[in-house]
Amino acid sequence: MVDNTDCLLEVQGLKKYFKVGKKKMLRAVDDVSFYIRKGETLGVVGESGCGKTTCGRTCLGIYDKTGGQVTYRGEDVHGMDKERRRRFTEQAQIIFQDPYASLDPKMKIQEIVAEGIRAHKMAEDEADIKKRVEGLLSTVGLDPAYGSRYVHEFSGGQRQRIGIARALAVEPEFIVCDEPISALDVSIQAQIVNLLKRLQKEKELTYMFIAHDLSMVKHISDRVMVMYLGKVMEITTADQLYDHPAHPYTQALLSAIPIPDPRVEAGKVRIRMEGEIPSPVDPPEGCRFQNRCPYAEKKCREETPVLEKIGEGHFAACHRCG
Amino acid sequence: MSQILQVENLSVQFHTYTGTIQAVRDISFGIRENKVTAIVGESGCGKSVTSKAVMGLIQKPGVISKESKIFFKGEDILGYTEKQWEDYRGQKCSIVFQDALTALNPTMDIGRQITEKIRVHRRVNRQEAWQEGIRMLEQVGIPGAAMRMRQYPHEFSGGMRQRVMIAIALTLHPQLLIADEPTTALDVTIQADILDMMKEIQREQGMTIILITHDLGIVANFAQDIIVMYAGKVVEKGSAEDIFYHPAHPYTEALLRAVPRLDISGGQLETIEGAPPNMADPPAGCPFADRCKKKRPVCGTGFPGEAEIAEGHQVCCWLYMDDGGGSGDGR
Ligand SMILES: Nc1ncnc2c1ncn2[C@@H]1O[C@H](COP(=O)(O)OP(=O)(O)OP(=O)(O)O)[C@@H](O)[C@H]1O
Ligand SMILES: Nc1ncnc2c1ncn2[C@@H]1O[C@H](COP(=O)(O)OP(=O)(O)OP(=O)(O)O)[C@@H](O)[C@H]1O
Ligand SMILES: [Mg+2]
Ligand SMILES: [Mg+2]
Repeated sequence: MVDNTDCLLEVQGLKKYFKVGKKKMLRAVDDVSFYIRKGETLGVVGESGCGKTTCGRTCLGIYDKTGGQVTYRGEDVHGMDKERRRRFTEQAQIIFQDPYASLDPKMKIQEIVAEGIRAHKMAEDEADIKKRVEGLLSTVGLDPAYGSRYVHEFSGGQRQRIGIARALAVEPEFIVCDEPISALDVSIQAQIVNLLKRLQKEKELTYMFIAHDLSMVKHISDRVMVMYLGKVMEITTADQLYDHPAHPYTQALLSAIPIPDPRVEAGKVRIRMEGEIPSPVDPPEGCRFQNRCPYAEKKCREETPVLEKIGEGHFAACHRCG
Repeated sequence: MSQILQVENLSVQFHTYTGTIQAVRDISFGIRENKVTAIVGESGCGKSVTSKAVMGLIQKPGVISKESKIFFKGEDILGYTEKQWEDYRGQKCSIVFQDALTALNPTMDIGRQITEKIRVHRRVNRQEAWQEGIRMLEQVGIPGAAMRMRQYPHEFSGGMRQRVMIAIALTLHPQLLIADEPTTALDVTIQADILDMMKEIQREQGMTIILITHDLGIVANFAQDIIVMYAGKVVEKGSAEDIFYHPAHPYTEALLRAVPRLDISGGQLETIEGAPPNMADPPAGCPFADRCKKKRPVCGTGFPGEAEIAEGHQVCCWLYMDDGGGSGDGR
């Protein structure tokens, strides 16, 4: 699938199942393949519970895999020895979905940011650590004087930026941003997205950007991957996806996005999906989307479509698109 | 146009150990009957506190000032007794809380939570209430409703719990529904279903809705009227057309420019530099002045009065005051 050498992360047939109850399996990520090039942003979208967070965490080796393979610069993420693993966590960071739960309330924010620098022995002495922390805080638009305060003294948007400063502290080259903005209001969202874009340019960062706000994802991503019930439905460039969505699920998703313009909204027609979201413990036969797809036919209920090339750099898993 | 709710000079303060937080500062507005009014504004500007005041749910250390008045269909509700509040809540006015996910009781099945609510207000037996509950869950699009009634909150996904909260708020057919960020945990497709459902109920049964959200796309889809708040103040009011196409307050303009559009790609998003003021010590002048690109000396002198720049479109900004030195042409 990858035809280029500048690929940073490659994921092949990745599976991550969770055990539920005595012998049932929840297929959170089920046979997913994709790659991320150096310096690009891959957006990941899809309904709540479709496996975005699980996919991101498994790619970083935070979760064991159930099957398949994740390679980072050609090296198996789940097969690294201890020393290699330590260096990998320096290169690859995650900004967690929940800024409230992921920062320790008992630590001053300068300690939170300095933690990684200490763990990876990246600074020469205490003065160097202090200098780096102050630099990071101003990079994310926080007054360095705030360093001696505690997390509860900050607003949601400020906390989110502390999380970003912490991720940047170890000078990573790859960051999984898991819904870094959904809890924030628009003006703060814009600040953070602009910051991420600026840092990407300055430091040549690579991002996996998980979100359910499709307008923001379009704004920040080079390519976008659409997931549904543990599977990839479509991957292509951001522009192609929004201008020519191929998969019926992508089409439904896009038609549901509210546009901040009353006149446009008044004339908009939404594709309605019938049927309830199925459970990943007991997914439907054939295509995962078939019970809600307006075009489903016999073949869709019997055969699971695979992700196939349908155009230049455009892949979709749908019998109708092939 | 008749107004179902009138808020006059409402102020709410919280007395905390770090000082007095002036969450809502002398605001006035009216809500038109059978319309959807959206309240928008930055996190912490007082949207939820305002809606709690309308529901009679401000609790210590919160205090509503003596000058404040809230009229529901002409009745002064701030003078209500506890008994009158009970009758008002649920039947006249109902709320879907922002933190829907924690507002459900984890130790009680969903069916009991719904039926108890119904039976407090209506003389029906348990059986009838149960049937009504199933009907409500079906209405918000929860499949297998009869079976779901016996499940506990943790067995529902985030989106389903939010729908249950909406179902509970609607059970008593309130005349006014306050929906505080009702769809943040939902993804776009379910969110659109829920909003369509609320519109349908509104059309069929007649209902006034106050919608609080930071998603301006939802506002564009749903609201006829918009109230813009900033740092405990109402800074602009008008129809959706007024606010989206003729925003008058610099804050409203900045807010609209910060929203990414699907139909426009790339580039920098505009941000609003700086942060809102500390509500324990808000400035005497316009609270947005420090972040405003159109700031002039007069802005720090006091909070500007309300200027009517078109019928039904009001703004509080020195640019539109005669003594503000601005041209104040409005449009
Ligand atoms: N630790 C876990 N144990 C068991 N099941 C899990 C665990 N983590 C996730 N799941 C399940 O895996 C599925 C995918 O969850 P995941 O958190 O990856 O979804 P998501 O796409 O990130 O959703 P959201 O948009 O709500 O964050 C869900 O059905 C979830 O309930
Ligand atoms: N119980 C309380 N005690 C002290 N301060 C409070 C309390 N409740 C609210 N506040 C303060 O009142 C102000 C307004 O809060 P409110 O919850 O109304 O904001 P909001 O506009 O709903 O914001 P968001 O968009 O984040 O929900 C904030 O500064 C908040 O910190
Ligand atoms: Mg997630
Ligand atoms: Mg609120």
